Amino acid sequence: MIAGFAELLERLAFTPQRKRKLAHLVQFFATRPDPERGLALAALTGDLELRSVTPSMLREMVRARVDAELFAISYDFVGDLAETIALIWPGQGAESNAILPDLVAELQVTRKADLPARIATRLDQMRPTERYAYLKLATGGLRVGVSARLARQALAEFGAIDLTEVEEIWHGLTPPYTELFAWAEGGEKPVSAARAPFRPVMLSTPTDLDALRPLDPAAYLAEWKWDGIRVQAVAEGGTRKLYSRTGDDISAAFPDIVAAMEFEGALDGELLVRRGDQVAPFNDLQTRLGRKTVSRKMLGSHPAALRLYDVMLWDGADLRDQPLSHRRAVLERAVATLDPARMDLSALLPFDNWDALAALRADPPEAVIEGLMIKHRDSPYLAGRIKGHWFKWKRDPMLVDAVLLYAQRGHGKRSGYYSDFTFGLWDGDQLVPVGKAYFGFTDAELRDLDRFVRNNTVDRFGPVRAVAPTRVVEVAFEGLNRSTRHKSGVAMRFPRISRLRDDKPASEADRLTSLLNLLP
Amino acid sequence: MQTDAPLIPRPEGLYCPEGDFHIDPVRPVARALITHGHADHARAGHGAVMATRQTLDIMALRYGADFAGSRQIADGPTRINGVTVAFHPAGHVLGSAQIALSTGGQRITITGDYTRTPNAACAPWEAVPCDILVTEATFALPVFRHPDPMEEIAKLLASVRAFPDRAHLIGAYALGKAQRVIMLLRAAGYDAPIYIHGALTKLCDYHITQGVALGDLRPATVARGRKGDFAGAIILAPPSAFAATWAQRFPDPVIAFASGWMQVRARARQRGVELPLVISDHVDWPQLTQTITELNPAETWVTHGREDAILRWCALEGRSARPLALVGYEDEPE
Repeated sequence: MIAGFAELLERLAFTPQRKRKLAHLVQFFATRPDPERGLALAALTGDLELRSVTPSMLREMVRARVDAELFAISYDFVGDLAETIALIWPGQGAESNAILPDLVAELQVTRKADLPARIATRLDQMRPTERYAYLKLATGGLRVGVSARLARQALAEFGAIDLTEVEEIWHGLTPPYTELFAWAEGGEKPVSAARAPFRPVMLSTPTDLDALRPLDPAAYLAEWKWDGIRVQAVAEGGTRKLYSRTGDDISAAFPDIVAAMEFEGALDGELLVRRGDQVAPFNDLQTRLGRKTVSRKMLGSHPAALRLYDVMLWDGADLRDQPLSHRRAVLERAVATLDPARMDLSALLPFDNWDALAALRADPPEAVIEGLMIKHRDSPYLAGRIKGHWFKWKRDPMLVDAVLLYAQRGHGKRSGYYSDFTFGLWDGDQLVPVGKAYFGFTDAELRDLDRFVRNNTVDRFGPVRAVAPTRVVEVAFEGLNRSTRHKSGVAMRFPRISRLRDDKPASEADRLTSLLNLLP
Repeated sequence: MQTDAPLIPRPEGLYCPEGDFHIDPVRPVARALITHGHADHARAGHGAVMATRQTLDIMALRYGADFAGSRQIADGPTRINGVTVAFHPAGHVLGSAQIALSTGGQRITITGDYTRTPNAACAPWEAVPCDILVTEATFALPVFRHPDPMEEIAKLLASVRAFPDRAHLIGAYALGKAQRVIMLLRAAGYDAPIYIHGALTKLCDYHITQGVALGDLRPATVARGRKGDFAGAIILAPPSAFAATWAQRFPDPVIAFASGWMQVRARARQRGVELPLVISDHVDWPQLTQTITELNPAETWVTHGREDAILRWCALEGRSARPLALVGYEDEPE
């Protein structure tokens, strides 16, 4: 029954503890049959391909049953399309006797033109929690507080098998993963059909000077943390793949990189847009992301390059058990054989003590640097975020004190609260909007800000409320770019509200000129 | 709003010029009419207060006997300056009332907070015919269709059976929600002792004196080293207690919260709730629209800041409606 899957989603949504989430998943895998459990797993990992059901199709369907404006107001409050539809859909329905495999098959084979009517009939026959699960399934992207990795970990726990082994074969398997469950229940390990598979990436934990002090600087290597996207380039047996750090195949968007992957192995690096020696701002890379094809013009104007950090496999040898110092030596020899326009080495930084490193961090040579990476010379290449081997030491954020101008209800975790804020700085005697932030505050501060918005609204523009310009907040951000899309002429990276400055009157908020002075 | 309007929203609260009184003022005023005892509606420090006997009792319990200069029990229609006022049950919490005004040939009903779902802890809501309906709109969105509270209690009891080693900690406001949940548990046949946080004691005791049979209530205090005593127990506490170390005294607690907001997942998650119980003391969307349809007022005024959807619904139904901008009321007061 869809009710079983609905109950699982419900439990996962309301279980904050990771361990208990795992327990719920393991129990589901242990009690549900194939192929239901495998389809549920695929839904959780985002591997269930049901591309024909789009959010706009669902909106259209609802419009036939519910006034569009009432729906819009409700969606604005609930913040999740599937949940809004599940709750607002007329009628209370009844417990559905449809089973997950049938529902999935129906969504896969029904012609697109017939889907809305099919889905509407199903919704009529379901209760709200089942509608929610069904719509989540249909649209993909469950966002129920379970990462793909956690779902795979639950499978590993269920079968008492090694998570790394599961992750390595994962990209070669397809839903409903019957052979994977057979393995988990004591059968043969499936042979991955994928060539050049993704290998789980090694991640770092944050650090600072106080945490570094007790460590021996001689035992560590340091390099810049570049502000691109972390990727894995795998070339094996004639197959070449470029993966994001979560294992998404992004090869199609980067043919220039793929063409330069003249090697046999797996490399770990940062994907950047680089013109000669000049690394372009993250903005430039963003225009290349998420494309199915890339024009020749864009390949010329936004050339991609890899800056290499590490090597996992080389010429048939798996180097992940080797110490970093050894992998680094292999990497240096390897890079020398590759096209320098597309692949170069992330340079090591010379330092004798942590203060020297702190001085480097305080004054990075390029704006496209996010901070430092500090890695133990002996560290093996481990899957995941394992403490004690690799550290990131990010730059201090930039700060301005700004005045809240507009607010909008948030989505997802913050839905129902006014949590998306537009803030401004003084330009003469005018406040000019300079950015938007929707996190950084604590839950208590969020409730405070929400109340402030509701009690100080001076105007409304659809879902947006203008508030009396009296409240000052400290905004922290990671960098600043020029932008033609913003009225102020600048765009902040990663802005968040780091503090409520109720000690400051609006007149003492910062001026636009002081922000512009921070431009690189 | 024109100045000869029978009611005017002011920073202090809703003001009736002809009667020269405020309804549920959020700041001290000379004369206040109070719908019910929740802290954001019933504040201390007014000159004269008129409310139901139970609301006056509750205010005295909370603020001390000298919470106002003078007080008057609402008892049948009463004339205040040129206005006749009468109090009618609202079904929200013990003592809660709607206030009916009659002035210049116009009948106005101010609902205060209300629900039409039966509540064994207080008198049921009454329909009060009117020309102008001033209604609350806490849950005035079509997504709010609160389920039968007995289904929610069944969910709670199923969880208690499934986790006999864990304590079930239910967040419920001290006035109204706590007693409502206890009465629902009793109606479901749960006759074991129910444990309550110290902050609930006074109001639970008061309910018992008013004939609300809450059954066997015990203080949720742990004698040293006897944490296991609460395995399988149901414990009620105000939500604020959950943030404190107070909650840590119970064995591996299941955190539940009884509120109409629990219908929306993000709200429940924001509160760290493991077992959301959709139990509301306010009208949901079907009840609100039903009330407007049945009373069929010439005008509907909407309070509480979440008025957009019901104004739209009124427009679709060809009904005259407008928002009343009042500030200072919480979504669900403590």
